[in-house]
Amino acid sequence: MDLQIALLLGQDGVTNGAIYALLALALVLVFAVTRVIFIPQGEFVAFGALTLASLQAGKLPGTAWLLLAMGMAIGLIEGAAAVRARRFHRLPLILLINCGAPLLLAASLLAVSPAGLPLLVQVLLTLMLVVPLGPMLYRLAYQPVAEASVLALLIVSVAVHVTLTGIGLLFFGAEGSRTPAFTDASFAVGDVVLQGQTLLVIVASALLIVALYLFFERTLYGKALRATAMNRTGARLMGISGDLAGLLSFTLAGAIGAFSGVLISPITTVYYDSGFLIGLKGFVGAIIGGLASYPAAAAGAVLVGLLEAYSSFWASAFKEVIVFTLIIPVLLWRSLKTRHVEEA
Amino acid sequence: MRIKLLLASLLAFLGIVLAAGARAEINVGVTLSATGPAASLGIPEKNTFALLPTTIAGQKINYIILDDASDTTTAVKNTRKLLAENKVDVVIGSTTTPNSLAMIDVVAEGETPMISMAASARIIDPMDGKRAWVFKTPQNDAQMATALVQHMLDNQVRTVAYIGFADAYGEGWWNEFSRIAEARKIQIVGNERFNRADTSVTGQVLKILAAKPDAVLVGGAGTPAALPQKSLKDKGYRGLMYQTHGVANADFLRVCGKDCEGTFLPAGPVLVAAQLPNGNPIKKVALEYVTKYEALHGKGTASTFGAHAWDASLLLAHAVPEALKKAQPGTPEFRKALRQALEKTTNLTAAHGVFNMSPQDHLGFDQRARVMVRIDNGTWKLVE
Repeated sequence: MDLQIALLLGQDGVTNGAIYALLALALVLVFAVTRVIFIPQGEFVAFGALTLASLQAGKLPGTAWLLLAMGMAIGLIEGAAAVRARRFHRLPLILLINCGAPLLLAASLLAVSPAGLPLLVQVLLTLMLVVPLGPMLYRLAYQPVAEASVLALLIVSVAVHVTLTGIGLLFFGAEGSRTPAFTDASFAVGDVVLQGQTLLVIVASALLIVALYLFFERTLYGKALRATAMNRTGARLMGISGDLAGLLSFTLAGAIGAFSGVLISPITTVYYDSGFLIGLKGFVGAIIGGLASYPAAAAGAVLVGLLEAYSSFWASAFKEVIVFTLIIPVLLWRSLKTRHVEEA
Repeated sequence: MRIKLLLASLLAFLGIVLAAGARAEINVGVTLSATGPAASLGIPEKNTFALLPTTIAGQKINYIILDDASDTTTAVKNTRKLLAENKVDVVIGSTTTPNSLAMIDVVAEGETPMISMAASARIIDPMDGKRAWVFKTPQNDAQMATALVQHMLDNQVRTVAYIGFADAYGEGWWNEFSRIAEARKIQIVGNERFNRADTSVTGQVLKILAAKPDAVLVGGAGTPAALPQKSLKDKGYRGLMYQTHGVANADFLRVCGKDCEGTFLPAGPVLVAAQLPNGNPIKKVALEYVTKYEALHGKGTASTFGAHAWDASLLLAHAVPEALKKAQPGTPEFRKALRQALEKTTNLTAAHGVFNMSPQDHLGFDQRARVMVRIDNGTWKLVE
C-alpha cells in the first residue's frame, strides 16, 4: 500500500463515515429523548434514495401512498379522540394537516411530471414525502406505548423495521436504483483526485451537524429536547410535553435519514433493504458513543467508516466481521468503566 | 331424510372419484423462489408457467405452483406436500442451487422425477441412485466459465483479477473459474469479495488496480454486480471487463448504464435470440418463447431465467407421450416411465440449447448452449 492508496481509502472511509455519523447522531437523539432504539432509521435512508430515483424516473413514488395511508390513519385516531372529548373546533385542523396535506402533495405530483423538474426541487419533494413519515411513525407505533420498557420499545422497533422493509419491496421492487451524480466536478490535490460528489457528502454532513448543534444550543425546542433527554419526569414537570418531544425527535431522525439517502443515492446503488446495514453501522458508531454523547458517536461512526475502507482493502472477505467485531472491545471497555444504574 | 342425504352425498363423492380416475390428468408440481433474495430469478419463472400449454398429447396438465421464498426448508416442505397431497407425477424446481440440492432426497424417496432450474453441476453430478431422478435445464457454471476463459485467451489476456459475492455464488464461480483459467495458463492476480448490500468497494478495487490485470471478472448476480464495475471505471481502469450470466436482466443494464459499455459475458442463446444466425435451430424456439413472454409482459422483459422453466416444459412435452405408452398418470409406473423417457431425450432443441441426455448426463447441453455477449449501447449484442 502506497501513500496514494492510503489517501484514497481514507477519502472513501470518511465519506461513508460521514453518513454513518449522521445516522449515529439521529439514533442517539431518538434514544436519549424517547428511549427508543430506532432500528428503522436505515429505512429512511433507503426510502429517501429510492423516492428520489422514482421521481427522476417520472413515476409517482410509493412513499406518497404510504404518506396518505398513515395520514388517514392518524386523522381517524385524532378525529375520534377530538369527537369523544367534544372538541369539534379542532376537527378541521386535524383533517387538514393529516389528510389534506398528503393529498395535496400526491395530487400535485400527479399533476406535474417530476422527471422534468430541477434537481433541487426533486430533492425538496423527496424530503417532503419521506420526512413526515418519521413523526407519523412515532404517532402510530410508539406514542401509544411511550411509557413502556426499553425492551418493549425495541420489539416495536423490530416490528416497524420488518414492516417498512416489506413495504419498500412492494413499492420499489427487488432490484435497486441509482441516481445521476449531483456534480461531475473533481479536484486534484497532489496525486489524489477528490470527487466533487464525495466532497459534497462530507460538507453537507458537516453542515447538518453544525445545524443540529445550533438547534440544540440556541433554540427553545432544542433546549426542551435536551431537557427531556436529561430527565423525562423533570422536563414534564417544567411543562415540556413528552409527546411533542417524541414527535420532534422523530422528525429530526426522519429528516437526517432521508437527507442521507439523497446524499448517497448517486454514489451507490440503493436497494429496498440497503438501509438496515447502513443504519447498523451508524448504530455501531452510536454504541461507541454510549448512545449518549453526540461527538463520541460521530467520531465512532467515522472510525467505523475508516475501518471498513481499510479492511476491505486488506481482507475483503472478512470486512463485515472486522467492522462488527469492533463493538466487542468497546462494550467490554464501557461495561468495565461505567456503573450500571437500575432504571426507575 | 338424513339417510337419503347421506346416500346422495356418498353417490356424488363416488362420482367425483370415478370421473377423476377416468380423466387421469397429469399433475406437475412446481416450487420456485417468487419472493426472497432470488425473487428476480423466480418471478420470470413463475410468469413463464402462465404461458405453458395446458395439454400434452391430449392429456390435461395441472400446474401446482408453490413459492419457497428462496428458503431451503420451505422448498423441501413444498416438495413433500406436492408428493404426498397432490400426488404429482413430476416436480419442477427450485430456482436456486441450495434449494434444488435439498430436494433431491425427497424426490428420490418418492420415486418422482424432478427437473431443476438451478445452475450448479452438483445437482446432477456425481450421478448416483438418488440423482437418477434429477434433471436440470440451466447450463453448468463450468460450461460458462470455459467460454469465458476461451474468450480471454482469444483476446490476449495474460493476467486476470476476480471480484465476486461473499457468498455461495461468488465462491462457486471462483472455484470453477480459477481452476479452468490456471489450467489454460492465465495468471490470476487478484481474488476479492464484496457483499450484495455494500455501499462501497473502493478498497477491493484499489487492490485490483495495484495488480494491473489485463481483465477483471465480476462474479455477481443482478444489479449489485454493477458496483465493482462502476468503481473500477471511476478509478481509471481501462482493461477488459467480464461479468457472469447472473447479470442477464434488464435492471442490470438500467443501473450500470454507460459504465457497462463493452462488457463481455457468457449467456444462454435466448438472451440474444433475435440476433442468432437463421441457420441456428435454437433461434426459432428461443424467439417463440421471447415473443410469447413479451406479448404478456411488455418489450424487453424476457430474461434467461424464465427460459429455464420454458425448457423444462419442452422436456416434459417430449417425454410424456413416451411415458403414456407404458402407464397411466398418477401411478408409480408412470413416474418411472417418465424418468426413463426424460433420460432418453435426444436432439431436443430448446430455448437455451440442444438436449442430448444419457444415464450419465442429465443435462446434455453442448457448446451450442452458450454464446458470448457484449453490452453495446445498453443492449445485449451477440459476439460472433
